[in-house]
Amino acid sequence: MSSKRISNYFFILPAVLIFSTFYIYPFFKTFQLSLHSWDGIQPTMQFVGLANFKDLFLDDKAWWSSMLNAGYITLWALTFQNIIALILALACDKALRIGSIYRVIFFIPPVLSEIVVGLVWKWIYNGDYGILNHWLVSLGLGSLASDWLAQPSTALTAIAIVHSWKGFGWAFIILLAGLQTIPTQLYEAAYVDGANAWRRFVNVTIPMMVPVFIMVMILTILGTMQGFALILAMTGGGPAGHTEVPVIRILNSMKNSQFGYACAQALIFGMILVTISFIQIRVSKFLKQE
Amino acid sequence: MGFKKRGAAICLVVLLSFVLIGNWGCSFNKIADSDSVVIWHWMTDREDAFNTLAAKYEELTNTKIKFELFTPSDVYSQKIIASAQGKTLPDVFGILGKKRDAASFVKAGHVLDLTSYMNEDNDKWRSMIFDKALSLGEFKPGNVFGVSAGVYAVPIDLMNVQMVYNKSLLKKAGLDPNRPPQSWNQFIEYLKKLRANDIGGFASGWAETWLIDSFALNYAFNIMGEDKVMATIKGDASYNDADWIKVFKLFEEIRDVDGLVSGVVTMDNKYAEQLFSNEKAAFAYNGSWCVNVYKGMNPDLDYCAMMLPAVTRKNPMVIWGSAGAAFYVNKNSPKAEKAVEFLKWLTEEDQQVFLIEETVNLPSNKKSLTKIPKVLSQFADDLNSITHPNIWPYEESPRVTETFDKGIQSIIIGEKTAEEVAAEVARVKEKILAK
Repeated sequence: MSSKRISNYFFILPAVLIFSTFYIYPFFKTFQLSLHSWDGIQPTMQFVGLANFKDLFLDDKAWWSSMLNAGYITLWALTFQNIIALILALACDKALRIGSIYRVIFFIPPVLSEIVVGLVWKWIYNGDYGILNHWLVSLGLGSLASDWLAQPSTALTAIAIVHSWKGFGWAFIILLAGLQTIPTQLYEAAYVDGANAWRRFVNVTIPMMVPVFIMVMILTILGTMQGFALILAMTGGGPAGHTEVPVIRILNSMKNSQFGYACAQALIFGMILVTISFIQIRVSKFLKQE
Repeated sequence: MGFKKRGAAICLVVLLSFVLIGNWGCSFNKIADSDSVVIWHWMTDREDAFNTLAAKYEELTNTKIKFELFTPSDVYSQKIIASAQGKTLPDVFGILGKKRDAASFVKAGHVLDLTSYMNEDNDKWRSMIFDKALSLGEFKPGNVFGVSAGVYAVPIDLMNVQMVYNKSLLKKAGLDPNRPPQSWNQFIEYLKKLRANDIGGFASGWAETWLIDSFALNYAFNIMGEDKVMATIKGDASYNDADWIKVFKLFEEIRDVDGLVSGVVTMDNKYAEQLFSNEKAAFAYNGSWCVNVYKGMNPDLDYCAMMLPAVTRKNPMVIWGSAGAAFYVNKNSPKAEKAVEFLKWLTEEDQQVFLIEETVNLPSNKKSLTKIPKVLSQFADDLNSITHPNIWPYEESPRVTETFDKGIQSIIIGEKTAEEVAAEVARVKEKILAK
């Protein structure tokens, strides 16, 4: 091997070391741990094969409920959050004079701490002293007042709304950036051809924005499915597990000194997210070809 | 690029890598190299008091003690586990968890057996400390965890969880403020009366499931006795039994009289403490640390502590209690002897009195008990009724406990009946036993 090649390898050595230490090794260690029963403290681990996975798939109903809960919040984020983000991005893209102020305002919720946001909204939703109930009563809608976070019928939706409120700023920025890359000539040509605003939106904006939509969707799904701090602050996963999400389940397994099981949960969860992202990328490529 | 420049660049890269790795290694050895006896703890409220005592001890013995605070307790707990894995535990540390966690630390060789120190000079050290407090860090011969019998932890203070009631609110509802409910039925009647007067009933941070767990298990001990509770945990009796259904029914009763403050199942204990101290709830289920908390939140609060009102006189009522803070000595520390000496000093009467004055917690030293504030003494009155999973011979599976606690939350929100929850917990228990 020439000295040049050796020196090249030396240059990439730090990157390889860091990548191997912080990404590759933890991944293989997680897989190794998932095949063991280990309390995280004792030097020896008991090999249990695929028992943790079997337990997870066949016996842990709470895990799959938490997946459904995360899926429900994600559905809200994909629709409610992203539609609002798109509407606001379209509005700001129309060269409003105070567009830049809106950009800053809309980006405030995403930069706030999830714990702080969770605690503030917990007060807003409070059944006894919350502002939401206070407003409802003031508007003569007192019959709608509820203990929003303590009722299983409303707790998850209440969290999904806060998550969407907190997250729409990210989608807004990305969508706005996407909208600004669409050449104005396309809109002018469509206008000359007699297309009204709706037709221009359907035939120009949407097709040009497909890659951006896909990216926003992937980021929304990954971000929402992995979210947990907001939920910890608002309900801690309650009432009776109705707002638990997978990361909270993994955290609980670790707190219960079930490190092997927690690793199995983390692996399965990671694989589900990778699969979803992979499908979305394939769909994106297919739509591009179309 | 010339050969010399390339060579220099390679040397730089290699040097940087060594520096990185070197620093990493150094940080791991930092604790072992320190002159001081290093103690890692999680108690924000006791930080100043600990530092004052450390300074005093250094003055007396010339031994440096360094308390290092890591919060919140969850993070502390994970840090201790990670340090155990990396063999970088400090000289003294706490284990926040269940008995099995402490057992794992002992079995992994991280914890010094303190039995011989406790027994020196005719049990001088042992006799200073409350037996119940000591038993929490003690493993009996033939314990289920397979740990060699001995005392492994030094309790610095104690805590127990009881009921507190607001005297002014009872009076407002037309109830005798000097006569709290003496039985469960009377408690339910009190709650009805309070609610009829639009006064908040009972508050507790039941989003923190251990509080539900302790409340329910206290009543399980009362209704069926300790033997049957243990038999259930061991697997010899079922959660579907009529006595367990009775325990679950208590939560139906309290729900049906609207006795719980709104949102109790998603309420953390801090919020429940605020409600009680702001006189929004007449009763609360809280630990002895609440005396300090309420004092900070509302110094004029007129309240008392009481035993949980019993359902039956057939079996004694018990309360959950444990060492509020217990320290373990690192077996592999070169300063283990110094650490033990400091812990002995810390549990002596004078230091314990100082800790009571500063932190308003129950002392672990028997002699210091005479110098505690009034409400705290009401908590102390029932120290003989303390129980805790950490001193039970058997341990329940976390999944059963989770189903149990969530089931009770489901009862409170009206989602499930007592019978349904009992059946569900029994089903999970059977599955665990089958494994």
